[in-house]
Amino acid sequence: MHLNDNFKDDLVEFIRRTSVELPDDVIISLTRATQAEQPASAAASALQTILQNVQMSKLGTTPICQDTGTLIFYVDYPAAMSTIPLRKMIEAAVVEATAKSFLRPNAVDSLTGKNSGNNTGREFPVVHFEEWQEPQLRVRLMLKGGGCENVGAQYSLPNTKLGADRDIAGIKKVILDAAFQAQGKGCAPGILGVGIGGDRETSYMISKKQFFRRLDDRNANPVLAEIEDEVLAKANQLGIGPMGFGGKTTLLGVKADWAHRLPASFFVSVSYMCWADRRRTLIVRDGKVEIH
Amino acid sequence: MIRLSLPATDAEIAALKVGDQVWLSGTIITGRDAAHHYMIENFIKREPPESERQMYEILRCALAGNVIYHCGPVVAKENGKYRFVAAGPTTSIREEPYEHLVIEKFNVKGVIGKGGMGAKTLEACRKFKAAYFHAIGGAATYIAQSVKEVIDVYKLDLGVPEAMWLIRVEDFPAVVTMDSHGGSLHAEVEARSKQKLEELLSTIK
Repeated sequence: MHLNDNFKDDLVEFIRRTSVELPDDVIISLTRATQAEQPASAAASALQTILQNVQMSKLGTTPICQDTGTLIFYVDYPAAMSTIPLRKMIEAAVVEATAKSFLRPNAVDSLTGKNSGNNTGREFPVVHFEEWQEPQLRVRLMLKGGGCENVGAQYSLPNTKLGADRDIAGIKKVILDAAFQAQGKGCAPGILGVGIGGDRETSYMISKKQFFRRLDDRNANPVLAEIEDEVLAKANQLGIGPMGFGGKTTLLGVKADWAHRLPASFFVSVSYMCWADRRRTLIVRDGKVEIH
Repeated sequence: MIRLSLPATDAEIAALKVGDQVWLSGTIITGRDAAHHYMIENFIKREPPESERQMYEILRCALAGNVIYHCGPVVAKENGKYRFVAAGPTTSIREEPYEHLVIEKFNVKGVIGKGGMGAKTLEACRKFKAAYFHAIGGAATYIAQSVKEVIDVYKLDLGVPEAMWLIRVEDFPAVVTMDSHGGSLHAEVEARSKQKLEELLSTIK
């Protein structure tokens, strides 16, 4: 597949839309949450402000949240496509999107504390490449803010403190604990992505990939579907509520997947996505670019 | 809704209670992780060195009776003038080891942020009459509308998010979640949800 020179501009537009437009399913979910809260409560007014902000950001083409986060790209590319020029184009698009204020300069040198000023640096942005069997190119992007990234957690089963054994009940218990530990700090109401099994790295990777699922989808695996439903229902009884002000909606969704693990290891990794669940997909098919 | 003009008096702060929804107006300054580190190292652990004397005077004026905002904005520069594009709060708990010292040293009357703060800050709020104002996390465009002017910027060498931006705000929306009487909505919600968690864990079989 050959990408023409304009593709960088398409990527800038893709980044802009990801930063300024919240996906429809998230807006619907937030709207429902607003209706569920007590009128005039701090929780209800927080959600109303959030929805107003979402609308204003789209109209004014400004970032929904000033923390435009870590840019995490997942690229699925057709056979015989070289990824080196694509990575360069992604980086150039990130630099341009930053100059246009669609992104905040967020890449800080961990040793010197210096901000690179353009969102590029070591392992920044994050780009995962994977070859697939489809003829089209797919680029998915999520913007993952720091507040929610900080409240993610990895558990190792068994966990005696929570009475969590190496079984399905144990998995549910640690996920519920993660929702409790996060309180409102990850910008509740958020979404939990869960990775069950794998090594530490794969486990977290799986948990983050869950954020590309629509909030209204249903897990095809009945065991996972049950975990998702039960933990979501229970987390929303914790009473933490939007922003941690107290209220009915603590989470908008729980999404889980799994991987094989070693006999010795049993990790459950929980990533937290704030309500500003910024994700988009770009497809290049027959030379035409679509952004969803 | 309570309208509060800054700088605020002790009596105005004392009148605020957990749960109050407020609109703040006046001149405030942003400061987050690197700014707190800078203040602690230069003004609290030691007498301000000659090189930082001017900055010390600026902060003394900007913070006295005023509020500090935990925020790393998206900023645009147009015709040589800065404008806030997106400016929601950042997580405050990271400043928990430092904020009580800053409140005491600079006579700060309030902190705007998100997620709330801990026991040290709560005690400083009680002792020195200050309050914690919780802004709506992620509502960056909405909040940026209440930033009417960027007056100046300091410590820009720390990077755009970490710099200290002196801004004029009008009707900045927030909720009081920690007051000057020892009240903390965060402590309440955490205690209540902790109890509920124990109960829910026992129902998972």
